[in-house]
Amino acid sequence: MNKLVLIVGGSTLIYAVLAVMMGVLPGMELSRTPPGPGVESLTAPQTEGRDVYVANGCSYCHTQQVRPLPQDKVFGRPSAPGDFAYQTPELLGSERTGPDLTNIGVRQPSTVWQYIHLYNPRAVVPESVMPAFDWMFRVVDQAPPGVTPLALPKAYAPGHGVVVPTHDAEVLLAYLLALKQPALPSGADETGSAMPGITGTSGSSPAATTTPAGAPESVAAPGEGYDATKGQALFTANCAACHQATGEGLPGAFPPLKGNAAVNDADATTHIKVVLHGLQGSNVGGIVYSSPMPPFGNILSDTDIANIIDYERRSWGNHGVPVTAQQVAAERARAK
Amino acid sequence: MAKEASLTVSQMTLQEADDRKLASIFSAYTVAATLWLLFATAVGILLAYKFGAPDFGSGAWLTFGRLRPIHTNATFYGWASVALVGLAYYVAARSSRISLYSVKLAWIGLALFNVAALAGTIALDLGYNDGNLEYREWPWPIRLIFLAALVVTAWNLIGTVARRSTEDIYLSNWYTIGGVLWTCIIAVVAILPWYQYGLGQVSVSGYYMHNAVGMWFTPLALGIFYYALPKLLSRPIYSYALGVFAFWTNLVFYPIIGAHHFLFSPLPWWLQTTAIVFSVAMLVPVWGGSANFLLTMRGRLRDLVHSYPLMFIFVGVIGYLIGSTQGTFEAFRSLQEVWHLTNFTVGHSHLTMYGFVTFAIWGGVYALLPLATGKEPGQLGLTLHFWMAVVGGFIYVISLSIGGTIQGLDWMHGLPFIRSVVDMRSYYVWRGVGGLLMFLSHVVFAWNVLRMTYGRAGKAAPLASLPAEEAAA
Repeated sequence: MNKLVLIVGGSTLIYAVLAVMMGVLPGMELSRTPPGPGVESLTAPQTEGRDVYVANGCSYCHTQQVRPLPQDKVFGRPSAPGDFAYQTPELLGSERTGPDLTNIGVRQPSTVWQYIHLYNPRAVVPESVMPAFDWMFRVVDQAPPGVTPLALPKAYAPGHGVVVPTHDAEVLLAYLLALKQPALPSGADETGSAMPGITGTSGSSPAATTTPAGAPESVAAPGEGYDATKGQALFTANCAACHQATGEGLPGAFPPLKGNAAVNDADATTHIKVVLHGLQGSNVGGIVYSSPMPPFGNILSDTDIANIIDYERRSWGNHGVPVTAQQVAAERARAK
Repeated sequence: MAKEASLTVSQMTLQEADDRKLASIFSAYTVAATLWLLFATAVGILLAYKFGAPDFGSGAWLTFGRLRPIHTNATFYGWASVALVGLAYYVAARSSRISLYSVKLAWIGLALFNVAALAGTIALDLGYNDGNLEYREWPWPIRLIFLAALVVTAWNLIGTVARRSTEDIYLSNWYTIGGVLWTCIIAVVAILPWYQYGLGQVSVSGYYMHNAVGMWFTPLALGIFYYALPKLLSRPIYSYALGVFAFWTNLVFYPIIGAHHFLFSPLPWWLQTTAIVFSVAMLVPVWGGSANFLLTMRGRLRDLVHSYPLMFIFVGVIGYLIGSTQGTFEAFRSLQEVWHLTNFTVGHSHLTMYGFVTFAIWGGVYALLPLATGKEPGQLGLTLHFWMAVVGGFIYVISLSIGGTIQGLDWMHGLPFIRSVVDMRSYYVWRGVGGLLMFLSHVVFAWNVLRMTYGRAGKAAPLASLPAEEAAA
């Protein structure tokens, strides 16, 4: 009997102590992490949207944690402990079958795009393996007043009538657009980071490059040429979701770059400005597009932006005059 | 003389009645678990197919994000848990040379396990998901039912071993009783809300995710090895002391490594580093335990050819050794930079839950269920099951390991994200091929289970010869 008590009681006691040490105590301590500067709790509809996100298991494919690693730079600045103050249940996730969504409200703020993408991701990203959430939408003969029907490409549009979001889709979108990283106060990158050892392992501090005010990696070496491969990769990563790999955009949703006047204009100022600062209510070829274009000045360097612009100016039969990183830098400086 | 003889006869019949009860408990747990295995892996096949045809099976009830936790939870708590508890009961009673403490409690436990798994599955499909927190997605009241099943099981196992007619508590029971009790604690820690806000919950998730695997499935599966291996080889375990050593080191090291699931996250640096250090320390119980099993088989590897139960257990031991060692390496920051958040992790979880735990269960079932029921599966069924499962599992793990590595390298090279999705395509197809083979092997397994439970009595050793074999264990 004593042996049984030793094995059963002893091991369970040891385990209980370890469970408290490694589970409960860190949990208690970290549950008190104060919200970081600018971190706010969600509104009621956004909270409801988060529930829809959880109910449908979005976080099995989308993380919400930006690691202080170079490859995570595209998703935003490294997540800080204070970012999670209002996030219960936590949705950090363990897999990135799809991209990280920590900062998706900044990276893709277009309601038009988000709705089309939710309805069927392949309508805007042909290679996507994300499920279609078309059951969060309904087909009606005519959109109710105040509701904009989805500007679906023909291949994805219903035979007759128009597609409008249901309540679930509306709150889910409200949540997605609320996913914005507040800027860390400058200088907080080193002290605020949970991982002091990591910053700087890749040669450049990943946190610093996303500091909104700065002009990151301004390596506009004179005479540096256009890198076609890099230009295409940057375009795919940052622009193709809306403007499409064909450069034709989506009729009624996103303007074409192919044959676009600003892209073919010998004076590249407008083209550079739009990429740097984004655009709202653009008028291309007499059509007004309601979807806002996000600014890229915060996340891309002058060289990268020049590469993207040059790629757009040389593709799909366009014949705009190429630009240099210096021109982008000059335009960036002028805006300050 | 006559009186003595009749007494022996009545003892014999009493013994036989107990044997029959134990056999029906063991059979019922195995049958229920097998049904969960078929269901969970059928869902797995559908999920794998969706990577190639994302518009297949649309609608809320068949959407990926709802089916994915159904697959993992049904595998964990329907298949593996129920099968392992059935085996644990049989091993506890046999190795203690006593009848089960309570047959009734065993039935109640089985009912609770199944009610929990069924309710959990339905809840998840209706969108009631407790926060996408891995392996604890069932709404908490349902997890309470699972906890009740664990408590019942612990009580019954302890009761059985406490009344043992042997001097020692056989090592298997250390692992199984320990595992059930520790898991009760894990379940409670996971449910209580007071320390689970924001980042606090992240640390609890790290703890829970790994402990639910390593303090539940690992000890119960090791318990099977420690019993079935000596039984199949008719020789004692190589070193009892090494088994005890592995037990205590596993207990002390494993609970500390959970945070390695959140390396590079905003969790405190010290917590992550501690997790890495103890992930390395885990090599001690893993290599110690594996060496113990392999040394028990020393000089007898040729026996493998003649015994599929032994083959299953051999693969299980190798799966334990490779899967756990791989886990240690994945915990290094340098390697996690490449592999974390990729499909490599999915390959790893299948190497361990399939290559180790599931093969251990199969080895245990094939080794012990025929002894309990006196009914054997056919040779063809065993052959088909083994080879389809091994080849399928191999294809599955290899394809996701290669694909996951490419995914991670794509990201490190700064390629557009969608490139990593495109690059995974062919590996997703191969994963589906492997998965299909695995599923087909489960259909054969179900057929074999049917033959071992409801089939005609075959050539299996009669129950009476058991005590003699017990001596070997």
